[in-house]
Amino acid sequence: MIKVENLSKSFGSKRAVDGVSFEVGKGEVLGFLGPNGAGKSTTMRMITGFIPPSAGSVMVCGLAVQENPIEVKRRIGYLPEAAPSYSEMSVLSFLRFAAEMRGLRGDARRNAIRRVVELCHLESVLGQTIDTLSKGFRHRTCLAQALVHDPEVLILDEPTDGLDPNQKHEVRTLIRHMGETKAIIFSTHILEEVEAACTRAIIIDRGRIVANGTPAELKARAATGKLEDFFRSITRSDTVAEAAV
Amino acid sequence: MNSHWAAISTIAKRELAAYFESPVAYVFLVIFLLLSGFFTFTFGGFFERGEASLAAFFNWLPWLFLFLVPAAGMRLWSEERRLGTIELLLTMPVAGWQAIVGKFLASWLFLVVALALTFPMVVTVNWLGDPDNGVIASGYVGAALLAGAYLAISCMTSALTRNQVIAFILAVVVCLALILVGFSPLTDLLARWASPWLVEAVAKFSVLTHYDGFQKGVLDSRDLLYFLSVMAYALFATGVVIRNHRTG
Repeated sequence: MIKVENLSKSFGSKRAVDGVSFEVGKGEVLGFLGPNGAGKSTTMRMITGFIPPSAGSVMVCGLAVQENPIEVKRRIGYLPEAAPSYSEMSVLSFLRFAAEMRGLRGDARRNAIRRVVELCHLESVLGQTIDTLSKGFRHRTCLAQALVHDPEVLILDEPTDGLDPNQKHEVRTLIRHMGETKAIIFSTHILEEVEAACTRAIIIDRGRIVANGTPAELKARAATGKLEDFFRSITRSDTVAEAAV
Repeated sequence: MNSHWAAISTIAKRELAAYFESPVAYVFLVIFLLLSGFFTFTFGGFFERGEASLAAFFNWLPWLFLFLVPAAGMRLWSEERRLGTIELLLTMPVAGWQAIVGKFLASWLFLVVALALTFPMVVTVNWLGDPDNGVIASGYVGAALLAGAYLAISCMTSALTRNQVIAFILAVVVCLALILVGFSPLTDLLARWASPWLVEAVAKFSVLTHYDGFQKGVLDSRDLLYFLSVMAYALFATGVVIRNHRTG
């Protein structure tokens, strides 16, 4: 469903993403791991068509993002980093807007909104202004926006960031459940999440893929059998990376 | 075509609702109506003119709009960038130009509503005397076009920065420049050392030059074309700015 080939992105002289290739099929949940600034968000932004790549290509459902941006965007649900939303709108009007932008009208729109409100547990805050919501609710509102058109492909940039442990658990369960019928990519800093929700994980460091495998395979590659130790052995922290430059 | 329009109208509806969901719309409308009334009846010399017309009102509009239109337009794109919602908007299945046009139309409609709310002045002059309502109507058309031109420029400066204050100041400066090149006290000064054809050629770029025709009741296609091209150019530039910003 998602095919990324030799994807690169430079900002000025800085190479944020450098020759990344991978594929995600239907029924797969791909965990995207890496230190801050490794190029995770940039890669996701290129897949969703928000920023154009410097080189390489992205295919979603057999369509090239660069050639058919609108058709591709129809098939993707996207939760950007930090879950932005129009803070002056109410949850319901925000979801109505998202549904209409996805071409849903009338009954189809009502049903779609009812479905995501239930899925993301937003019943109690529907009439509230997004501004006044707690971080967890704001996050789930933006997640609901990504799910409203029941997309085949989901790109979630740190979907559990800022949630409490209960909410994290719920989102993880939701991702695993949806992963059975969709192709999902989600990025995270929390390594247990990968084991809990992913069928496969990619570790990216300074723009390059440094590991790609099932959580069990990656764990087996560490001497201690812990994912965290493996992660630390193949990626460099900000301070070490700075010193090397 | 239909689906193009559906996306534009969805974006425009949201944008228009955003004005009224925050205090912006009400503050704007009250200030605009107060100031336009104030200028018309004091500096404009509405009563001293001894004629039943809205010239006193229309003469002040380019100056009043100079501050109020950028104030209404400054948030259009800078707010999207500050909140990060631009990433949501542009990853939905719409083309960039649809988002730009939708947002612009919503704000323009809002400004036209503000203009329409000055109708008590029309009633007043009709009650006091016997004005030429054709001239008044063409004056309103000119005013709406002027607001659209300023607004498109505000869109462009708003796309340049996530800071609304900077967007506002840049828009005021650009709009002021478009007034001044045709502002007679300044062009008269310029005419002393530059050749008259140069001064005249430069003045052709001024919003005042083209706005004046409408105030005299003359609907000239060249004036119409001028305002429409300023809007088209500024909105096109907005698209370029947004695209470049994403390209990094």
